[in-house]
Amino acid sequence: MQIKTTILSLPTEEFVHPGTRACTGCGLAIAYRVGLKALGKDTILVVPPSCLTVLQGLFPVASTKLPSLNVTFASTAAAATGILASLKTKGNDHTAVAAWAGDGGTGDIGLQALSGAAERGDNFIYFCYDNEGYMNTGAQRSGTTPIGAITANTPFKGKLQQKKDVPAIMAAHKLSYVAACSAAYPLDLYDKIRNCLHLPGTKYFHIHIPCPPGWGYDPRYGIKIGRLAVETGYYDLYEIVNGQFKLTAASEKLIEKRKLVPVHEYFRTQSRFRLLTDSQIAEIQRQIDEKWKGYYKQEE
Amino acid sequence: MHIIENGNTAAALGVKLCRASVIAAYPITPQTPLTEKLSEYVERGDMKAEYIPVESEHSALAVCIAASSAGARVFTATSANGLLYMHEQVQWASGARLPIVMCVVNRAVGAPWNIWNDQQDSISQRDTGWIQIYCADHQQIIDAVIKAYWIAEKVSIPIMVCYDGYILSHTFMPFDLPDQKTVDAFLPPFKPDYALRPEEPANLNTVTLPDVRLDVRGELAHSYMEIRYLLQEELRTTLDVAADAEKRFAEIFGRQSDPFIESYRCDDADCVALGLGSLTYQLRVSVDALRKEGIKVGVMGLRFYRPFPDEAIAGALKGKKSVVVFEKALSYGYEGALTSDLKSALYEHLAGTGTLPSIQNFIAGIGGRDIRTDDLTKMFRAATHGRVSKEPLWIGLKL
Repeated sequence: MQIKTTILSLPTEEFVHPGTRACTGCGLAIAYRVGLKALGKDTILVVPPSCLTVLQGLFPVASTKLPSLNVTFASTAAAATGILASLKTKGNDHTAVAAWAGDGGTGDIGLQALSGAAERGDNFIYFCYDNEGYMNTGAQRSGTTPIGAITANTPFKGKLQQKKDVPAIMAAHKLSYVAACSAAYPLDLYDKIRNCLHLPGTKYFHIHIPCPPGWGYDPRYGIKIGRLAVETGYYDLYEIVNGQFKLTAASEKLIEKRKLVPVHEYFRTQSRFRLLTDSQIAEIQRQIDEKWKGYYKQEE
Repeated sequence: MHIIENGNTAAALGVKLCRASVIAAYPITPQTPLTEKLSEYVERGDMKAEYIPVESEHSALAVCIAASSAGARVFTATSANGLLYMHEQVQWASGARLPIVMCVVNRAVGAPWNIWNDQQDSISQRDTGWIQIYCADHQQIIDAVIKAYWIAEKVSIPIMVCYDGYILSHTFMPFDLPDQKTVDAFLPPFKPDYALRPEEPANLNTVTLPDVRLDVRGELAHSYMEIRYLLQEELRTTLDVAADAEKRFAEIFGRQSDPFIESYRCDDADCVALGLGSLTYQLRVSVDALRKEGIKVGVMGLRFYRPFPDEAIAGALKGKKSVVVFEKALSYGYEGALTSDLKSALYEHLAGTGTLPSIQNFIAGIGGRDIRTDDLTKMFRAATHGRVSKEPLWIGLKL
């Protein structure tokens, strides 16, 4: 039986102190807060350098109430393996190990270690919070920056290449669980975490994270923008349980509606997309429609 | 019990006797037989440990760093480019003050590719805040591994146990294999001050500002500079801890040696050769040959390279007319790193006493170039009366 948590049934215990160093309107702050609620008290965290390092606070002050190991950029998943191994030697099979890394730390510099751990089937949950760029160092392009987005090192042309599909790469490792979530749908994230905790091996979460300074929008619109990404069919919420793909939450509802919000509605909310031409947007719209045709067909 | 085994097996047996509980390694020649042996012990059930076959050396040390942070006694081993690939993690391990023990089976670094022995790999990690021990035979390898865990856990600083690839790693030699009871008597179980656990949450290796800050209780906490200062301070006091380890080891194992310098025919010598690792045993043959000619020479093998036992070295070399430093590595652009360190130690302890010996630096065996004892003897003889060249001289160079 799948859990369906509501804002009223969400646990009230907090594992992130209020007043973190996250930017105003940071999508990560939402996903992290809710994610830790789902993981619960009996958890050890692994964090590479990223926005989360800053959010977690500067020594000797910490904003997280769970034990946390800061590790080098490329080593997140291997470090999770190390903690697990140590727990195992002590006969501890109850403490969860969870890695939280950014998109660069996951899909670029951290991919080798993550692939290694996933192939070994090490039993931990890996969260990639995808704000679509190296936001902690001033918003440079990453492998998961979408095509057309202006970044600090693609200043005049925008990124010319496609977004790397990291969850698909992880699914190719035949994991027991892969999920795509969004900070704009925190309860979907919460339920997915609760639903996969018992599954064996490496579990992978990809979380779309609206980023006010990196994407160029007024901080109060973060949730709205995150939702638009889903409602336009541009970013989909799904889970792959033992190889079975299934759209979830708002994306699942779009199947019934058979109507997507035009993608330009999403692009026009953020200054990073201001260079996109009408023909580029039309091409992206075509790709989205094509992808959704596949989803509709699957449903029939 | 005396057994005949190769150097890699000697190291593996040491790790097994020390009851390391998490092992992570990535294959690289000439380290592979060591980690294969450990995987064999674990799979057969002879050793109760988690063996993690990682996808890179960077991850090997990542696993060790994390497992050690969570309270496990850990082990890894590597060589050459594997060690260089770890470099970021090497620095991280000492900064995080983790008592990791790693064997470095010395091999030349690329480019160009070369799988044979020299010591450029570990020497290039000199300034990483690790303790470095060099071994000259198989007994020293197994003993060094056992002592290394004791020292590392006393001072919370990681240790590299270095030994020459092939010359030691792949050759067979008799050595005394201690029994488990003796090792257990020497090395208590690892009990870190803090290990990651949900009941007592802490955020380790957090971003630390340039200046000190108040903690939540209103007390001043260390900042980066204090943390790094303490690493240096405690590395220096490790020399005393190493001496204690030697004493304790002698009491329990009944085998005694000098913790820092292994001397051969040095007492009445006018000229002393100095080096790291197996080369110093080969130099004993040269010493014997030169002694036959009536030249008073000896050889010292340095067992501790970092922290540098400057006082012990200066004390041992006081009154000698000349020192000849044979090295299998160098600080490119100047001279052998050991030569520079030696000069600095002698300046510190002997300057102004009128007893500063002359120093000659020879570079030998780079990329596994065969070191002929005749050549060693010839060069050694040439330098007994004083320095022959300001620049280091390369033995056996064919230019």
